[in-house]
Amino acid sequence: MAKTGIYTFIVCLLIGVTTYASFYVAPTESTMGLVQRIFYLHAPSGMTSLAAFLVSFIGSVAYILTRKPRWDWLAVSAAEVGVAFCTVVLLTGPIWAHPAWGVWWAWDARLTSTLVLWLLYVAFLILRTMIEDADRRALVSAFFGVFTFLDVPLVYGSIWWWRTQHPQPVVFTSAGLDPTMRKVFYLSWLSLTCLMALLIRQRYELEQSREELRTLEQELEAH
Amino acid sequence: MKNLDSVFAAYLIGWAVFFVFSLTVAKRAASLKEELTRLKERLNESGPKGK
Repeated sequence: MAKTGIYTFIVCLLIGVTTYASFYVAPTESTMGLVQRIFYLHAPSGMTSLAAFLVSFIGSVAYILTRKPRWDWLAVSAAEVGVAFCTVVLLTGPIWAHPAWGVWWAWDARLTSTLVLWLLYVAFLILRTMIEDADRRALVSAFFGVFTFLDVPLVYGSIWWWRTQHPQPVVFTSAGLDPTMRKVFYLSWLSLTCLMALLIRQRYELEQSREELRTLEQELEAH
Repeated sequence: MKNLDSVFAAYLIGWAVFFVFSLTVAKRAASLKEELTRLKERLNESGPKGK
């Protein structure tokens, strides 16, 4: 419990430092001006959401192979956290796009595939509420989780494979991103990844409690 | 200071999503814990009778 408290405190501290750096340390971009600062929340949230979906995919595959409930718990926990991060991406994107592009939304490959990804994972979570039996629910959602993950490489590669309104990547390329901007970006990515780990853990513990509850209910019925 | 409102809106909405998500997980956990305590008490009460 104390360990979780310390970890939560570190994550909050990291988020505070990142927000400060995004507003006061990173230089103002010359073309877009202030609105470019949304980049430090928008882009790392997108990358973190893909990382969470990767964790969910690993959980789904591991459940299919081993049928151990803990992998199903990991898959659903990471999927829910991934949806939260993807929601941030889909909300902050249009706020940035409106002043930068003059439109809130464009049906290009990156934006559309991201929206489809969000819808698929929301469907994954809804599907789980529709199946009563725990083992059947875990198996069906594991297969659906594997299928859903197929959209992730599509989202990632869309800006290379198609001409899109969305800008080309600037972080892992030799594109001219200011060194300070790059550092602030990495800091933001680190803090959001730590937040993702914390949220997945919180959500995983919820699944553990649910299992405990199911066992107790069965014991009570047996009495 | 052009577009400062957009930057604030983006950060406010972004952090609000994370906060609300964390809050809903904590709320669900608290309700489950309550239910667990209630069931454990019931099990303790019915335990000796069952035997």
